[in-house]
Amino acid sequence: MKIIKLFLIIFILINFSQSKSDVKSEELKNKILKNIRCLICQGQSVYDSESDFALSIKLIVEKKINDGLSEKQIYEFLREKYGEWILYDPELSKNTYILWLLPLLLFLFGGAIVYMNLIIKKK
Amino acid sequence: MKNKIFLFIIILFFIFCFIIFYKGLNNSNIYIPKLNNKKDLPIFIARDFYLETEVNSEKIFLDNNFYILNIWASWCVPCRKEHPILMELSRNKSIKLIGLNYRDNLNNAKKFIDELGNPYSQILIDEEGTLAVEFGAYGVPETFIIDKNKKIIKKFIGPLNQKLLKEIKLFLK
Amino acid sequence: MANQIGYYSLILGLALSFILSAVSIKDFYNNNQGINQKVLSLSFLQFFFVIISFLSLILSFVNSDFSNETVFNNSHTTKPLFYKISGTWGNHEGSLLLWLLVLTLFIFLFLIKSNEQPKKYRILTLLFQQVIIIGFFLFLLKTSNPFNYLFPIPKEGLGLNPILQDPALAIHPPILYLGYVGSSIIFSASLSAVTQNYVSKEWAQHIKKWILISWIFLTLGIMLGSIWAYYELGWGGFWFWDPVENVSLMPWLTLTALLHCVLVLERRVALTSWIIILSIATFILSMCGTFLVRSGILNSVHTFANDPERGIFILIFLFVLIFLSLGIFFLFHKENNKNLDKIFWLSKEASILINNWFLMYFLSVVLIGTTYPIFLDVISAQKISVGPPFYHKLIVPFLIPFLVFMSLGPKLNWIKSKVENKFSLIIFFIISIFLSFFILRKLTPGVLFNTVLISPAFYLFFITAKDLFIKKFKNLPQSIAHFSFSMLLLSILFNSILSLEIITNIKVGEKYNFDKGQIFFQKLEKNKNSNYNSVIGHFKINNNKGKIIYLKPELRIYNQPVTITSEADIKTTLLADTFLVMNLVKGKEYFNIRYQVKPFMIWIWISVLLLSLGGLMSLLKKKYEK
Repeated sequence: MKIIKLFLIIFILINFSQSKSDVKSEELKNKILKNIRCLICQGQSVYDSESDFALSIKLIVEKKINDGLSEKQIYEFLREKYGEWILYDPELSKNTYILWLLPLLLFLFGGAIVYMNLIIKKK
Repeated sequence: MKNKIFLFIIILFFIFCFIIFYKGLNNSNIYIPKLNNKKDLPIFIARDFYLETEVNSEKIFLDNNFYILNIWASWCVPCRKEHPILMELSRNKSIKLIGLNYRDNLNNAKKFIDELGNPYSQILIDEEGTLAVEFGAYGVPETFIIDKNKKIIKKFIGPLNQKLLKEIKLFLK
Repeated sequence: MANQIGYYSLILGLALSFILSAVSIKDFYNNNQGINQKVLSLSFLQFFFVIISFLSLILSFVNSDFSNETVFNNSHTTKPLFYKISGTWGNHEGSLLLWLLVLTLFIFLFLIKSNEQPKKYRILTLLFQQVIIIGFFLFLLKTSNPFNYLFPIPKEGLGLNPILQDPALAIHPPILYLGYVGSSIIFSASLSAVTQNYVSKEWAQHIKKWILISWIFLTLGIMLGSIWAYYELGWGGFWFWDPVENVSLMPWLTLTALLHCVLVLERRVALTSWIIILSIATFILSMCGTFLVRSGILNSVHTFANDPERGIFILIFLFVLIFLSLGIFFLFHKENNKNLDKIFWLSKEASILINNWFLMYFLSVVLIGTTYPIFLDVISAQKISVGPPFYHKLIVPFLIPFLVFMSLGPKLNWIKSKVENKFSLIIFFIISIFLSFFILRKLTPGVLFNTVLISPAFYLFFITAKDLFIKKFKNLPQSIAHFSFSMLLLSILFNSILSLEIITNIKVGEKYNFDKGQIFFQKLEKNKNSNYNSVIGHFKINNNKGKIIYLKPELRIYNQPVTITSEADIKTTLLADTFLVMNLVKGKEYFNIRYQVKPFMIWIWISVLLLSLGGLMSLLKKKYEK
């Protein structure tokens, strides 16, 4: 009996971990697809599109995930093929320093202005 | 004084914005992936159109020749238009044409070739469209020129026409 | 016939602009009390001519008069009457005519509703508004005449894009334009107030109404656009950070900031420069949005036919307005005494400043995200995309302190205050954290970050809810608005965390099992309608709890122009929307379906409605909180 139980538990555990990794790669795939722009549709992500291009990209992303490529490597692959345009989430690089940092700088700047206009006295 | 400098900077800023927007108007808002420098041929395995056997990409581009890879599909209307140009290109003995049949129904594709002639020395099947992605293509038709060093040196998006044909011929010389 | 009437009314309207300006300048130097009656009549006459022109365009659409180029391009005889009428403003030319209509209407309303204001201020506002009106007249007549004549007269029109044939989209443009144009009144009025040195408490009370009006319409307009995207675009989202959406969000942010600042100015003369800057910025951003959308400079889901000539015209007009307002601001604006402007840190004013600080940050994220690709492309010929991940990363973390300030701010008094009821505030905070932690632990894996995000939203929710019930309606509009904002954020957050989505291919008669239920594709039904043929899928969805839902998504094949659209079928309940859409897969016998369960969807719309209701109540409120 005990052995059967043990087997059952191991079986379940294996099954569980497998299904869990499946779920994970599915989630990763969706996350990646949402970050890729569909080049032949206007302003739509590959995830949301059913065009030929989007379907091909979906398959290739799935393949690359199964080949064990990481999220970054997949973006790198697509960037090499299609250029920066295909990624919705621009990476921090010399092209995008201003894009990412300017809002944050403005936030600090605004904070300074607000601070200067307040009277801060402790009683 | 301080105000004046401030005003001056703001005016400069807006003039700068104006110039950018003005120039931006003339740029197209439709994105076309460009081929900036030579790219290596991707390595892949594909199925042959007629034999239905698997072929390795290295065996396809074996000869010391210029290759032209053309992505086409029977459902693609512009492909029909560019086909005569491909036929004309195929008469040139110094190049080899490879066809990549993109996300197509095999029967329809065969009918298409039977009807309009076969310019390709070999046709590969890309049922899922993933090979086209390896080449960096995003639609049909697209045409790539591959030089003797097995580098992609040029790509044409959309159907070929007489003008582009001349350009290709110049390239091959 | 209608063509000529429409066209000549426009010309008369433009001519009236010049006459009106001349008469009002003369009146400006006249020492009479109140404005000359002539000015009012002329302003009404101008509105009258524009409405004649607008009606004749509607008439052409209703009669399918294809001798009119606009009608030919955007209508078709088989279209239902409702969409023939809404087609009038569903296109570039017609929508600009609508702009003009609202512009002339609003300035007329402004004139008759501002009797107790100084005469010179009213006349100057009229003059500034006429600058905008003349700009639009010229734009319309020169680059986008809605009354171009076609000969020979075509038998049939090209039709309206099917995805634009939707009730939400039919009323979306008028509502949104009311918001945009309302901001033009604020613009003119603030410039005029600066020249007259009239930025005062009285002015604040008077301009607040116009701010509220355009804020309400802008809020509703954005919501309608979002509803349209949700029902019609067919992939289940409601906000895509698409440039066109961003462009409507930007003036909304400045307007919201302005709305709060004006509350300060109502009580004490402070923040005057800032209020003027916000008033100008709101309209400039609306115009900038018009430029970005109409010129085709951006790549977006919603494209208008683009024409570089139009782009250049709006661009020049936009910068004329910018430099005009800059010039006036620097020439006439006198800063008041610095020390009076200072604000004690623990006061309602301070919390409003902080609110503005965050709103301006959100604005800068949206503005930079939207326009940066244009700058980069021109300067370095590199093309990049800025999409949802960018906005989420930069906005979401900042929402956390923003919400906390939003909960505490209204608790403070004007000028100077002490924190009262510290105990209950802290207790509520702890409750919110625990509550969100326990809810999230049950539901999702990413507990930690979501807890940090959701607890401030809950905090705001509880505090405003408590105010609503206990505080005896001391400041009801504010409580309602803040309460519904917290509801909005909570619904959006839970919606995004708890959404379930299944995408699969399925044939007729097949069943698809997933861990929470089963989808059964029962049959396919074909239908013929007047302007489209449709294929309707019948789906039966069982969920594990034994609930059965029937959904019937549709594929429509429109004949004019030939387009295939997917119509999602959405069943709405208070708890969740179930959403099913099917797509054709080329050359295959199966369909691609996308099944989604989206919790609290309807609450997103309800909270936005409630938010605008808060604005409306504030507009109707007679007495101000002292």
